[in-house]
Amino acid sequence: MSERTNDAMLTVDNLSKNFVKKLDLAGKIAQKLGSNIREEVVHAVDGVSLTIPKGSVVGLVGESGCGKSTLGRMIAGILPPTGGDITYKGVSITKMSGDEAARAALQIQMIFQDPFASLNPRMRVIDIIGEAPVTHGFTTASEKDAYVCDVMQRVGLDPEYRRRYPHQFSGGQRQRIGIARALAVNPEFLVCDEAIAALDVSIQAQVINLFMDLREDLDLTYLFISHDLSVVKHISDRIVIMYLGRVVEISPTDELYADPNHPYTQALLNEVPQLEHRGRDYKPVEGEIPSPLDPPSGCHFHPRCPHATARCAAERPALREIAPTRWSACHLNDEA
Amino acid sequence: MNAKDTAPTLEVRDLQTHFFTKAGVAKAVDGVSFSVGKGEIMGLVGESGSGKSVTGFSIIGLVDPPGEVVGGQVLYNGKDLVGLPDEQMRQLRGNRIAMIFQDPMMTLNPVLRVDTQMVETILAHDPSVSKQDALARARDALGQVGIPAPDERLRSYPHQFSGGMRQRVAIAIALLNKPDLIIADEPTTALDVTIQGQILYEAQKLCRETGTSMIWITHDLAVVAGLADSICVMYGGRVVEQGAINDVLDHPVHPYTRGLLGSVPGANSRGERLYQIPGMAPSLLSLPQGCAFQARCPRADDACLVEPQITEPVAGRNVRCCHPHLNADEEVGA
Amino acid sequence: MSETIPKTATVEAPEEFVAKPQTPFQRFCTDFFESKVASAAFVVLIGILFIAICAPLISPQDPYDLSQVSILDAKMAPGSKNFDGGTFYLGTDGAGRDLLSAMFYGLRISLGVGVMSGVIAMCIGAAIGLAAAYFGGRVDAVIMRIVDIQLSFPAILVALILLAVLGKGVDKIIIALVIVQWAYYARTIRGSALVERNKEYVEAATCLALSHNRIVFRHLFPNCLPPLIVVVTIQTAHAISLEATLSFLGVGLPISEPSLGLLIANGFDYMLSGYFWISFFPGIALLITIVSINLVGDQLRDVLNPRLDR
Repeated sequence: MSERTNDAMLTVDNLSKNFVKKLDLAGKIAQKLGSNIREEVVHAVDGVSLTIPKGSVVGLVGESGCGKSTLGRMIAGILPPTGGDITYKGVSITKMSGDEAARAALQIQMIFQDPFASLNPRMRVIDIIGEAPVTHGFTTASEKDAYVCDVMQRVGLDPEYRRRYPHQFSGGQRQRIGIARALAVNPEFLVCDEAIAALDVSIQAQVINLFMDLREDLDLTYLFISHDLSVVKHISDRIVIMYLGRVVEISPTDELYADPNHPYTQALLNEVPQLEHRGRDYKPVEGEIPSPLDPPSGCHFHPRCPHATARCAAERPALREIAPTRWSACHLNDEA
Repeated sequence: MNAKDTAPTLEVRDLQTHFFTKAGVAKAVDGVSFSVGKGEIMGLVGESGSGKSVTGFSIIGLVDPPGEVVGGQVLYNGKDLVGLPDEQMRQLRGNRIAMIFQDPMMTLNPVLRVDTQMVETILAHDPSVSKQDALARARDALGQVGIPAPDERLRSYPHQFSGGMRQRVAIAIALLNKPDLIIADEPTTALDVTIQGQILYEAQKLCRETGTSMIWITHDLAVVAGLADSICVMYGGRVVEQGAINDVLDHPVHPYTRGLLGSVPGANSRGERLYQIPGMAPSLLSLPQGCAFQARCPRADDACLVEPQITEPVAGRNVRCCHPHLNADEEVGA
Repeated sequence: MSETIPKTATVEAPEEFVAKPQTPFQRFCTDFFESKVASAAFVVLIGILFIAICAPLISPQDPYDLSQVSILDAKMAPGSKNFDGGTFYLGTDGAGRDLLSAMFYGLRISLGVGVMSGVIAMCIGAAIGLAAAYFGGRVDAVIMRIVDIQLSFPAILVALILLAVLGKGVDKIIIALVIVQWAYYARTIRGSALVERNKEYVEAATCLALSHNRIVFRHLFPNCLPPLIVVVTIQTAHAISLEATLSFLGVGLPISEPSLGLLIANGFDYMLSGYFWISFFPGIALLITIVSINLVGDQLRDVLNPRLDR
């Protein structure tokens, strides 16, 4: 399960995404008249930098409002970034023009969370899977049938049912159709955005195994976004922890679990229910997750951190390399 | 652990709830039996379609048409709740037996303030309480679930709380009349991990301090592992295995339980293939004859065409299987 | 805990399939015909369409062929006989035309105008609404303000002004009806498209680098169809009644191509003299047409709506 090579497949450099709710005419007038109304800016992703090596599985973990889904969508090319750069195989995607960027982004595909909403309910499965390959020249209209059958078999679906509609399949099967759709354009990089969260436990196992098989067979690189730490631990080589739009820790999986550095990581790992922990005495972390509209100053985690200092409230901690391949964004590391 | 010599708070015997739909009869709950003692937390575990939520609704009498409790008994302190007249059931509901839902907005009325709703709950079951006392009790309940600044929070509306806070308010409302039994239907499924930890902490504290019994319905085995004293595994509307938590999780007998435990990524399984239970859960409209699990079971044979009865292969463990045994050679993950 | 974990075959047999694949259309038909009222209305509508299409073939008399019409037959009561031995089943109007035949031709014109204007308005409105939803931002704001302004005027007022400018004629009235109706379609489809646009399958299409055109027409549009179908039906009924009103008021269609509205108008002079049937029967025909279209539209709305929540 170690990384094949150390070439960076995808690099994200100081990437940001802001969602701005502009004031309409009435709001602007109110503002001129002195009311407190402001433009609301949500820093969904706030200066994120990370590297994903070729052939590895990087798990991206965080709770609501941490920006992991937004980050995934920017990498997949669905949302344009507000700032920063995405480099794929050495070439910067963000600086490319629309069409070129789209073609490059074709190699980066996404698997979505909701098996019901992620498939067009009015298209047959053969069209859902076969539309993009025919459009982009991977196969011709006459060969589409054979091509789609091949892809379906690879994800464990019976090709006989390719002329059916999505509503006739179960949740797990629909997710496989989504995977087949992504694989049909021969991607090298897959972003899985909570791809198994909506499935039953026993079906989750099937899909997790499928991901692992595909990684072996097709030499894929994954960005696996999830809130479920046990699944992420199972499948990832490296884990990135995000909190409220920022990366707080990056570490290889084993080392993260053996020795979590950032206080948020420690709290998270402590809270995760595990099958082996029976009759626990819970000692939960205090406080609520802050709203992304109004994040705390300095380090976003300081109101809930048991080790917070004055510096934590004032200054944003930088993501620093605390050991080879381990990064953490905490002021406490400086004192060490 | 729960004292077996005192009578159980709740005893369910052979409960059956069927849904009479246009497409046929869906046997959502088909012969479920278990008991919950005083102060005990029982985990009711199953995947979607197993009937676990419908069991919870049946106990508290909230099954709407086309569903109907068609058989069995639900004995609360000896009194059978099935077939109880509406008025008597209403007196019990929210008073002695309370329910917490997955979505707290199923409990909270978005247009009423929190204090209005809580006072209403108290006064509905005890009109003699004065408004001052009711408010004081409401304040205490909010404090009990760990909500800071309860006075201010009482005057807020539900939309002014975050998801985790709302769930705590829902739990507080469930607690107001100091019920003997709380049925919690997936209360933390939609919450973040750290918030889930807080809720689990409150729930555990509650049961330990007040002796309230709890039925925690979930699909998450790990949550149940940490919280519950006993566990009931459901499949196809029936209980397939039940017993003390450590016994069932460490030495599962039923093939479905073993398969389920094998499917969950564990501490030591990193990088290995997970066990996958082949096939999928049957539709409740067309359950197979005999054992509901036979199509996916490694032990299945012709004997499984007859519906298996509940046996006790190991002391304290009830299993519904034609081949209940702890066979260690079997190729099943555990 | 040390049992071997087998590599089981991953091909699943989808056990819960129906025996024959049922397309969404087949499902829709089953659901639609569950309502007896709507089924009856649908049958009536088919009958009306048949009459409208085959009017020249099934009418006893061509009411606009002056050689067949005689002023001596004017204002004859229903059931009376004409000189050929044929019966005027519904009587004759003030100029001696067989009312039944006139009604068949009138239905043809009414329905034709209503449906044509509905379809054209739908095409224009749908395209504009889709563009507004897909591009969002300023495009959306501008289009929606135009739609709002358009919809704030009463339809009849706008139609009257337009026809006063354009004059009489079938094509002119169709233009007027299209201009009055397109905004409603635009708003409906924009609402639907906004919801669909945020769904993950549209994001997937973006991720797969499909062109804007493809996404809008292949992905967005078919999923916005259900509310549009409902609106088309109801709006057609509305267009027919609007056209009837305009004809009754004397603008719009020329006398040589009378719709039901014009027939009613013509008979109005005779209403109080006792020759009630000249207005009455065309009125009934109009009523039946509009009611059956509305009933079908209502059932369509009920059937298509729950599916939107899938």
